[in-house]
Amino acid sequence: MKLLKLVPDHTNIHFLKWRVPFYIISLVLMAASWGLVLTKGLNLGVDFIGGQMIRVTFERSAEAPVSTLREEVGKLGYGEPIIQRYGKPNEISIRMKLPEGADHEAALADKMARTITADIKKNHADARIDGVDSVSGKVSKELGWDAFKALGLASLAVAAYIWLRFEWQFGVGALFALVHDVTLTLGLFALTGMEFDLNIVAALLTLIGYSLNDTIVVYDRIRENMKKFRKMPMPELLDLSVNETLARTIVTSLSMLITLVALLLLGPDVIFGFTAAITLGIFVGTYSSIYMAAPILIWLKVNPNSFVPTETALEKQERLARDGA
Amino acid sequence: MLDFPRWKVIWLWFITLTCVAAAIPSLTSTMGLSWPTALPEPKVNLGLDLAGGSHILLEADPAQVRQQRIEGMEESVRNKLKQDGKDIRISDISNRDGALTFVVADPSQVDAVREAVLPLTNGAGLTGQRDWDINVVDGNRFVLAPTEAGVNQAVTQAMDTAVEVVRKRIDALGTKEPTIIRSGPTRIVVQVPGLQDPQALKNLLGQTAKLEFKLVDTSALPSDVARGIAPPGSEIVPFISPAEGGGVPSIAVKRLGGIRGDQLTNAQQTNNQQTNEPVVNITFNTDGGAKFAKLTTQNVGKQFAIILDGKVLSAPTINEPIMGGSAIISGRFTTESANALAISLRSGALPVDLKVVEERTVGPDLGADSIRKGMIAMGVGTLALAVFILVTYGRFGVYANLAVIINVLMILGIMGIIGTTLTLPGIAGFVLTIGAAVDANVLINERIREERHRGRKVTQAVELGYKEASRAIFDANITNVIAAVLMFAFGSGPVKGFAVVLMIGIATSVFTAVTLTRMWVAQWLRRARPTEIAL
Repeated sequence: MKLLKLVPDHTNIHFLKWRVPFYIISLVLMAASWGLVLTKGLNLGVDFIGGQMIRVTFERSAEAPVSTLREEVGKLGYGEPIIQRYGKPNEISIRMKLPEGADHEAALADKMARTITADIKKNHADARIDGVDSVSGKVSKELGWDAFKALGLASLAVAAYIWLRFEWQFGVGALFALVHDVTLTLGLFALTGMEFDLNIVAALLTLIGYSLNDTIVVYDRIRENMKKFRKMPMPELLDLSVNETLARTIVTSLSMLITLVALLLLGPDVIFGFTAAITLGIFVGTYSSIYMAAPILIWLKVNPNSFVPTETALEKQERLARDGA
Repeated sequence: MLDFPRWKVIWLWFITLTCVAAAIPSLTSTMGLSWPTALPEPKVNLGLDLAGGSHILLEADPAQVRQQRIEGMEESVRNKLKQDGKDIRISDISNRDGALTFVVADPSQVDAVREAVLPLTNGAGLTGQRDWDINVVDGNRFVLAPTEAGVNQAVTQAMDTAVEVVRKRIDALGTKEPTIIRSGPTRIVVQVPGLQDPQALKNLLGQTAKLEFKLVDTSALPSDVARGIAPPGSEIVPFISPAEGGGVPSIAVKRLGGIRGDQLTNAQQTNNQQTNEPVVNITFNTDGGAKFAKLTTQNVGKQFAIILDGKVLSAPTINEPIMGGSAIISGRFTTESANALAISLRSGALPVDLKVVEERTVGPDLGADSIRKGMIAMGVGTLALAVFILVTYGRFGVYANLAVIINVLMILGIMGIIGTTLTLPGIAGFVLTIGAAVDANVLINERIREERHRGRKVTQAVELGYKEASRAIFDANITNVIAAVLMFAFGSGPVKGFAVVLMIGIATSVFTAVTLTRMWVAQWLRRARPTEIAL
């Protein structure tokens, strides 16, 4: 059987030649992402800002009557609802702030949910209430803080691990690539206005783990080649390492994308945002392991001697004796 | 590296088949088939987001526990001084501002009071701290403040009791398989699968069910009561509805000398025979019955208030002593609310008020829909992936694909054995693991390919391929574990479920993709002794 070869056997692409322009592009994209997050903001779900979210499916409609609903729910006296589609056009989530004083009197939040769901059912015969989430202000603050802590700690922990296994420059490089991936994903969420909830934080954490896979594979090869070719200049050595691992990088990324695209197109609609975040992250992660994580090693001046076992005094004596003889 | 003695082969197949077999009940139940009851049934539980149901997070306020302790202390101090019979007079008693303060009328008795009060305190915690600080200021004013350690201990006890009470109440509702767990120092998570309308549940949990019988202070001027001013030794308590008070919103009752309605043997919802209005019939235990008889005997002709959770249900006049040990509580109930009160009283009062701070309810259709779509996505994804890997790696691709399938079954099996819960993001975790699991094989196969190009012999190339790739596989998986552990530590419900699937998946994928495929490849190499491999 003739096997499929996506990447020819001995590639010699000068990836690193383009490192400066790609770095500039990435830095600009990162800045743009932060700019979007700070100015437009993330569309935070009730998990992080508190409030109530009601999920509704309109079973016999092709499309949910969003503007009618907005008017109907708005008239109930609980303020303007945020109505958003997720997954299919007939599946929506309605988000509202909790009524004044609901932090002390839980019954108020209850009454609001009952009023709204009853009103929707009355006006739309095919409406199916799929779920109601009520999160108080206090709990949402904690959830937000926990998410922030988890993301921060995870990034630092994996960077520390890589420092431990490689050298500090590799740790910094991995951390940078990671921040790059997470930032661009956040940027996508700010740009598209997809809802940002607890599940997305889980996706980002997964991303931290998986986008690092590529980085580690490339780093592992760089370390190996540094031991093998001690005299080779860094840019050349990095190019060699990236080229050697290129086939694997492409095949693995494609494998992940195949399953993720299946999940994105056919999977549960409720986790569309979650899957989208991971898919983008995997894509960006592959790029960043080549163009962010590797070149930074040149600028941080990795020393090829770092991976050579240091000589003990005895070994030195023996070597000198051997050489002298 | 490629040497697999027979015991090792048997051992690896044993692990594999055990985990795979454990996955069968989970699979049959998804397909709607039955499983023989005689066999153990390690089944994956479906999370609320898949099975539908309610998740409720309840929170207690430690400040309330502190205040209760102070009020309890006030009663203890009064009783103790009365029992000692030394004729010690105290005055200017206050239980406000986080401490109990009182003045001893005769300064020479300060030491006697201190001696009397000291036994009322206990050690708290391991540091030798006590649960109360006793100070005397201005010569004769006692200040008793609960210490932080004492309050924490009391909160822990209160929450332990609260969990028990919550459990009894939910069991009384007849819901199946509820999960009730403590979460942090002041919270309780209640999860009831399949429950669609959590209203009844919340009514039940939102009711502290602290029942009190207190004498009405008839000396209070109605104008003062209306302004919320109580005579000394009394307090103003609102009626449950103004109609019950005959148009008056609240009433003054004596703070002390009443009894609590916690010594019950039974509480039932019945209907009042005259008015057919729903009421709750309570039966005291012997001790409670005696106290109730004493209260009613000593106060014939007076009015007393039946107070539930700080609100007066009714304030009847005691016509005659009630000796039978049972009483009827009326209070404009509906059948449902009377029934809820009966359940709450039977299960005992909650030691502290619980407030709903988070609630998530998922309908059953959404979950079923998600499972169906998740299965389809997984099937299609796996199939497409298998084809891709097969055309890329040939024979080695078959091994990799076999490893992926076993991996999926092993994850299911292990989840069933340890009884974890599959959540909606968990399904995504599953699909993701499938994509990621082939990475190890890709790394290995590419490496073998490379080693062949460098001119190594088949066996040597395979051996080196596994050896050199293992390092990167190991490092990559460790970083995934780090992320998953933090996700588990900080995540809530569904996210935790996702983290568990990831962790199990990481372990099983290394096992199937590295160990199992290596065994298969080694066996093939020994059997066929190929001099050339297609890669």
